[in-house]
Amino acid sequence: MTPNPPRSHAPIFWGLFGAGGMLSALFGPMLVLITGVLVPLGLLLPPDYMSYPRMLAFAQNWIGKEFLFFVISLFAWHAAHRIFYSLHDVGVHAGPVARLLCYGAALVVTLVVGGSLLAIGW
Amino acid sequence: MRKPYVRPMTRWWRRDPYFVRYMWREATALAVAAYAVVLTVGVWRLAQGQAAFDGWLQALRSWPSIVFHLVLLAAMVIHAVSWFEIMPKTMPMLFVDGERVPAATITRAGLVTAVAAALALFALAWMLKP
Amino acid sequence: MKTIPIQVLRYRPEQDAEPWWQKFDLPYTDDMSVLQGLLAIKDDFDGSLSLRWTCRMAICGSCGVMIDGKPRLGCKTFLRDYAPAGLRVEPLAHFPIERDLVVNIEDFIDKLESITPYIVPKEPRTLEQGEYLQTPHELELFEQYSSCINCLLCYAACPQYGLNDKFVGPAALALLHRYNADSRDGARQERMQIVNAKVGVWSCTAVGYCSEVCPKGVDPANAVNQNKVASAKDYFLRFVAPKGAAR
Repeated sequence: MTPNPPRSHAPIFWGLFGAGGMLSALFGPMLVLITGVLVPLGLLLPPDYMSYPRMLAFAQNWIGKEFLFFVISLFAWHAAHRIFYSLHDVGVHAGPVARLLCYGAALVVTLVVGGSLLAIGW
Repeated sequence: MRKPYVRPMTRWWRRDPYFVRYMWREATALAVAAYAVVLTVGVWRLAQGQAAFDGWLQALRSWPSIVFHLVLLAAMVIHAVSWFEIMPKTMPMLFVDGERVPAATITRAGLVTAVAAALALFALAWMLKP
Repeated sequence: MKTIPIQVLRYRPEQDAEPWWQKFDLPYTDDMSVLQGLLAIKDDFDGSLSLRWTCRMAICGSCGVMIDGKPRLGCKTFLRDYAPAGLRVEPLAHFPIERDLVVNIEDFIDKLESITPYIVPKEPRTLEQGEYLQTPHELELFEQYSSCINCLLCYAACPQYGLNDKFVGPAALALLHRYNADSRDGARQERMQIVNAKVGVWSCTAVGYCSEVCPKGVDPANAVNQNKVASAKDYFLRFVAPKGAAR
């Protein structure tokens, strides 16, 4: 064991992983059910539930913006961290390229969502 | 003489049902990632205007998309259950009235919270119907 | 006397290029442990079989083996539970095989030594001042983690150790936590260097199998993963609180 091993920066990504994991554990199933099954099929909720005017109003609202930004980006950061470590589990070398692809993808999601929400305005 | 033999780790996760369950747990991240991408495209299309967003909505109504989301739903449930199963391991010892709180209690509390959160979210969605 | 089919993985470095299975139909009684079965093989069938054992009562930690692919203490596992299909016995996973069921555990010994495995008194007391006093609650906070018998079943269970033997690993980190959680100890900051390293807690992916196989209820998964929170706090609060003040 090397004396004074360098400090890992894992806590940053693990924190994001934990936040995203908790959010997706609590709200993931129902969000998927509503947006991916119920509304498209018009079950329990009307098919125009997610219509453009309604979703635009939601995204222009401060609460809606924060909800969309945090849910989507934290889901992405959670998944990126777990997928990165899983690559190591299945024998793929978990080096800088893998790290860049995984966390880079989460960053792209964050920037696209953030940028889109800003473009949508208030 | 010494000639230590090192055994390979290939397909280690197939050696034991415990490891197989662990890999299923880790695999749920693919579903969380996929759903994040679906929503990202949605928000992006929303920013591009009505026509673009309606295209996204139309895609969600297709049968492949519905089936895909049912798979995502199953994965999200597996994620939620396995999340609260492992959560007690990240916590220091908890005491209530001087008695140690067992891990199973923490897991159960988490699962109850998850069910409550799901119902609360649906109730909120219901109240926001047009 | 009834018999049970038992396969043992053999490896003699001076003769064998690779390990190989040796099969026996072992006469057994319902009260015989796997360890007793292995010793009967050594006594009656093949005296060259090499294995570690001492206490026969699950306290010395010597007799760890893989039984049907699962890490188990030979003295605490019974042949009757594998009848009539039989069982396969191999050396503990994730360690290099020296000979037969004997593995090289030097890496683990090094790790144990590296974690400051003793109490560094927070407030040193002279003999005249008497003992360090602890409440039953203060004892409860670390006692479970002090139950480790160094049997290495947790390392055999840990795929992260199997994939990267630089990982400090469950038992060593559990012992590290045992000292950090002891109210008498003051060396927490020193040990945090190992906790915070990539090969410290951050190589663990919370598989949890280590705690499942531990014969002493140490729960190393808990020791390691609660220190992820401690490590994260240390990471983010180091700019706020001076070293040693973060508790």
